[in-house]
Amino acid sequence: MVRDVNGRKRCGCGRMTNEIKISPIKNGTVLDHLNSGAIYKILQVLDLTDYTVTAAMNVESRKAGKKDVMFIEGKELNEKELGKIALIGKGATVNIIKNSKIKSKIKLGYPKKVEGILKCINPKCITNMEPIPTKFNIKTDPLEAKCFYCETQLNENEIVESIKK
Amino acid sequence: MKGYLTTTKKPKTKTKFLTDVVSISDFTREDIENVLTQAEKLEKMPVQKKQKILNGKVIASLFFEASTRTRLSFETAIQNLGGRVIGFAEAGVSSFKKGETLSDTIHIIENYADLIIMRHFIEGAAKRAAEISKKPIINAGDGSNQHPTQTLLDLYTIKKEFGKIDGIHIAMAGDLKYGRTVHSLMYALAKFKNVTVYLIAPEILKMPRHIIEDTEKSLKIFETKKLEKYLSKTDVLYSTRIQKERFPDDTEYEKVKNIYVISTKTISQGKKGIKVMHPLPRVNEITTAVDKTSAALYFEQAANGVPIREALLMMLKDVKK
Repeated sequence: MVRDVNGRKRCGCGRMTNEIKISPIKNGTVLDHLNSGAIYKILQVLDLTDYTVTAAMNVESRKAGKKDVMFIEGKELNEKELGKIALIGKGATVNIIKNSKIKSKIKLGYPKKVEGILKCINPKCITNMEPIPTKFNIKTDPLEAKCFYCETQLNENEIVESIKK
Repeated sequence: MKGYLTTTKKPKTKTKFLTDVVSISDFTREDIENVLTQAEKLEKMPVQKKQKILNGKVIASLFFEASTRTRLSFETAIQNLGGRVIGFAEAGVSSFKKGETLSDTIHIIENYADLIIMRHFIEGAAKRAAEISKKPIINAGDGSNQHPTQTLLDLYTIKKEFGKIDGIHIAMAGDLKYGRTVHSLMYALAKFKNVTVYLIAPEILKMPRHIIEDTEKSLKIFETKKLEKYLSKTDVLYSTRIQKERFPDDTEYEKVKNIYVISTKTISQGKKGIKVMHPLPRVNEITTAVDKTSAALYFEQAANGVPIREALLMMLKDVKK
C-alpha cells in the first residue's frame, strides 16, 4: 500500500489506499504486483527516457509479501513491450489508465512463443549473422526459452539478460 | 452375401511425412521407422528400377563447410536414383564469399533445383532455409546443432544388426558434451521403448544436463567415467572423437585426448556379440586391430549413409510446401 505526496492512500493503480508517497497518473500504464526487484530489469529493457516514471520497490503485498509497482505517465505499453514484461514478471498486472480511470486490466502470464524480443546467446546462431527476427518457444517450470533456429536453450537468468532493448 | 461383411470402420490413414528434414526432434517414431523401411527396400531394389526414382530431378548439394562422407554419400545416393546434382563443396566458391545472405542464396537455388541438401557452419541455417524455401530442405549438418541424417543412419545400422531398436543397451563414450551425434542419438533413442544408455565421459565432457532431463523419462540412463564398467551389458559401444578445436587450451585436451581407446582387449571384455560404432573420422579412439574383428561396425555404418539418404530423397522429392 502507498501514500501519495499529499498523504492520500493509494494502491498500485492510483486509487486511494495507505502508505507509499507516489503521485497518481492521469493517462498511462501502471504495472502492479511485480516481483521484488523486477523494476531494475524493466527499466533496462523498456525505453522510457521520454516519460515520467515513478516506481516503488518492496511495497508490502498481502499476496506475495513484497512487490514492486511502477507508474508510467503518458504511455500505453504495446504488445512487444508487454511481451518483455511478461518474461520478467509473471503474474504482474498491467493497468491502462485513461482520464484517471482504469481503462483495462491485464494479468500477465508466460507467453508460449516470443518473436523479436530475445537475442539468441549463441554467437553462431543464424539470427546473429543475418537480419532476421528471433523466435523462441517458451517452457515453464522451470522457465526456459528455446531458439527456434539453433535450438539453444536459455535459462531464466539468460532470458532476462537477453531481452532486447 | 459377401457384402454383409463390409465394415464401417475407417481405414487407417497414413500421417504425412515431413516437408523438410532439419532436426531429429521433428521426427515421430513412425517417421523414423518409415525412413528405415524405405532404406531397407531400396537396398533390395534392382538398379534399373532405382534409376527411375529421381529421373528428371535436379538436386542442389550446397556444402558451405567441407565434408567427405556426408557429401559423397548424398551425391552417390542422387546418382543411384538417377538424379542430377548441382552445387558446391565449400563456401569459398559460392556467393557467400561476396557477402550474399543465406536467404538470398536459397531464393535463387530454389528456382534451379527440386530439392536442396545443405551443410552450413551457421547454426539454425537449415531451419531458416526450410522456413523460406519453396523446395524441401535436407539438413546435412548445421554447425554443432543438428545432423539428422547421421542419426537416421545410426538407427538403421542398429536395426540392421540387431533386428530392433527397442530394448537395446547402448554405451556412448568420449566427447558427450560437444558431440552433436550423441545428442541427437539420445533424443532419437528416447522415441523407442526400453532403451538403456550408458554414458561414459570424463567430468569435463559429460552429457549436458538438459539432454538427460529431456530424455530420462523414456531412457534408462547410467553415467560413469570408466569404459569397462557396463561393457558386459552393452550391445553397441558408440565411440566419438574428442574434438581438439572445442578445448579452450591444449593442456586440457592433452589430459583427455586418449582417455577411451577401444582395443581388441576392450572387445574381449564386452558382452558376446558387442558391436562398435563411430560416426568417423576417428583419431585414436579405436585401434586399427579392431577393424578386423566382427565387432567393427563403423565402416558398415558409414556405408549405410547411402540407403538412408536415398530413402530421404525419395520421400521428399515431390513434396509441395
